[in-house]
Amino acid sequence: MIEVNNVTKYFGNFPAITDISFRVEPGEIVGFLGPNGAGKSTTMKVITGFLPPTEGSASVAGYDIVTESLDARRHIGYLPETVPLYTEMNVREYLEYMGKIRGMDAARIRTRIDDVVEICHLEDYYTSIIGKLSKGFRQRVGIAQSIIHEPDVLVLDEPTIGIDPIQVVETRQLIKDLGGEHTLIVSTHILPEVSQICERVIVIHEGQIVAIDEPDNLARRLLGRERVDLQVKGPQQEVLAVLSEVPGVQTANRVNIQRGELPQYRVESESGVEIRAALAQKVVESGWELHRLEAVTMSLEEIFLRLTTEEEDIVYGSAENAA
Amino acid sequence: MNTFNIAWKETKSYFGTPAAYIVGAMFLGLTGVFFVADVTAPFAEAGVRGIVEWASFFIIFLAPLLTMRLLAEEQKLGTLELLLTSPVRDWEVVLGKYIASFLILAAIVAVTLYYVVLLYSFGDPDTGPVLSGYLGLLLYGAAALAIGLLGSSLSSNQIVAAVVGIAILLMLSFVNLIAEIVTGIASEVFNGMSMNEHIADFSRGVIDTSSVVFFLSLTAVFLFLTIRSLETRRWR
Repeated sequence: MIEVNNVTKYFGNFPAITDISFRVEPGEIVGFLGPNGAGKSTTMKVITGFLPPTEGSASVAGYDIVTESLDARRHIGYLPETVPLYTEMNVREYLEYMGKIRGMDAARIRTRIDDVVEICHLEDYYTSIIGKLSKGFRQRVGIAQSIIHEPDVLVLDEPTIGIDPIQVVETRQLIKDLGGEHTLIVSTHILPEVSQICERVIVIHEGQIVAIDEPDNLARRLLGRERVDLQVKGPQQEVLAVLSEVPGVQTANRVNIQRGELPQYRVESESGVEIRAALAQKVVESGWELHRLEAVTMSLEEIFLRLTTEEEDIVYGSAENAA
Repeated sequence: MNTFNIAWKETKSYFGTPAAYIVGAMFLGLTGVFFVADVTAPFAEAGVRGIVEWASFFIIFLAPLLTMRLLAEEQKLGTLELLLTSPVRDWEVVLGKYIASFLILAAIVAVTLYYVVLLYSFGDPDTGPVLSGYLGLLLYGAAALAIGLLGSSLSSNQIVAAVVGIAILLMLSFVNLIAEIVTGIASEVFNGMSMNEHIADFSRGVIDTSSVVFFLSLTAVFLFLTIRSLETRRWR
């Protein structure tokens, strides 16, 4: 349903996204996960045809987003991060207008407005002026306009940002419900959100895709593992055997074997086990020289940590606001 | 169809926002003052020449005030992103908004026909110059709105949008003042570029094809530039 091939987008000389490729199958809910400024919004703007890619190509529902832009756009519903609304209109007028400019006829608009108002729980705000609605309701109006023309593809940019925790739960449920009929791309910088909503996660960091996986796998791959590089002067086979017998070690491998350099080993731990101290002790006990011992940061883990901490901040922050 | 939908929405929102009323009131007030001054002057003639020339001067300031919101606000609210990711062509957006602003300006200008009614009931004006004068005024307004719309596409700030429009209009209107300083071909070129020179023909009762073509091309060129400006929004 969505195909993105080697897309790169420059803003001036700055590459916002570099060589991004992925596919989304019909009916799938895919999450874009990444810290702020990772390139999630830029990727979405490319998919929706707002920004043409500097290099590469993308297609939606089989239509190229540059050369067959109008056809592609007919199949897309889009909610930008800023939730753009005409604040002087009321909800019904706004939805009518958005339906019209997407080429719907009057009769279909009328039935669809009733539908989307029900889906998004806006029944009581049918004739409210949008400028007077709270942030959470504006968000719903934003989602309502994105689904009014029954698009095959829905692109929602940070749909739960800036609304209170109860509304976040409701919005997540709403997005899950939409998954049945539409192909969805949802961006977020909150990790638990992804595991609740999405079937597949694309992790973006500094403009590049660092992982595409199911949320559970991703968490399993990331959670609490430690990766350590060591340089040890000693007989290689024995060192390797000893290292892999240290409690908590899952894998131990020898990496570079350049002539003249000390052999280097890479050790990965099981989940949630600290192994550095034990490794050092074991090497010394065995009578070898330990030249280097270094925890290697996994780029994914780094992101993961940042994401989980941000979620706590946000929940705490909004709870405080509510009080 | 899209053009019509956009034009209809914008026309409605003109009635919902104070800008159009304020511009209309200012326009009528100002032209009214100068109309009274004109007809009460000694040896006054019963004609619309004064109205047309003063009205065209005020349009320089008022047309950009009508158009400043049209694209600048969409950029500021971010709704332009939705509009441009909808199956709507860029020129349909520009044309729809332009038509709405033209309808409002035409409606405001139409109210000044009240002065013409007064002229006919108390005097005996020549009908030819009245008709040509109003045709000229509409053509002048059409070009002014296109210029104002370009200003609105260039900034998300409405004030900046209006100032840009007014600046371009002042230059294009009063470029004939340069023509008086220089001589020869240059003088003719500057005169030919001046909106004031061309509107003067109409107010004297002359419908010169070249003047009609001048205003229509000016409108077309600035609408085209607006469309291009909107397209480059995507590339920035």
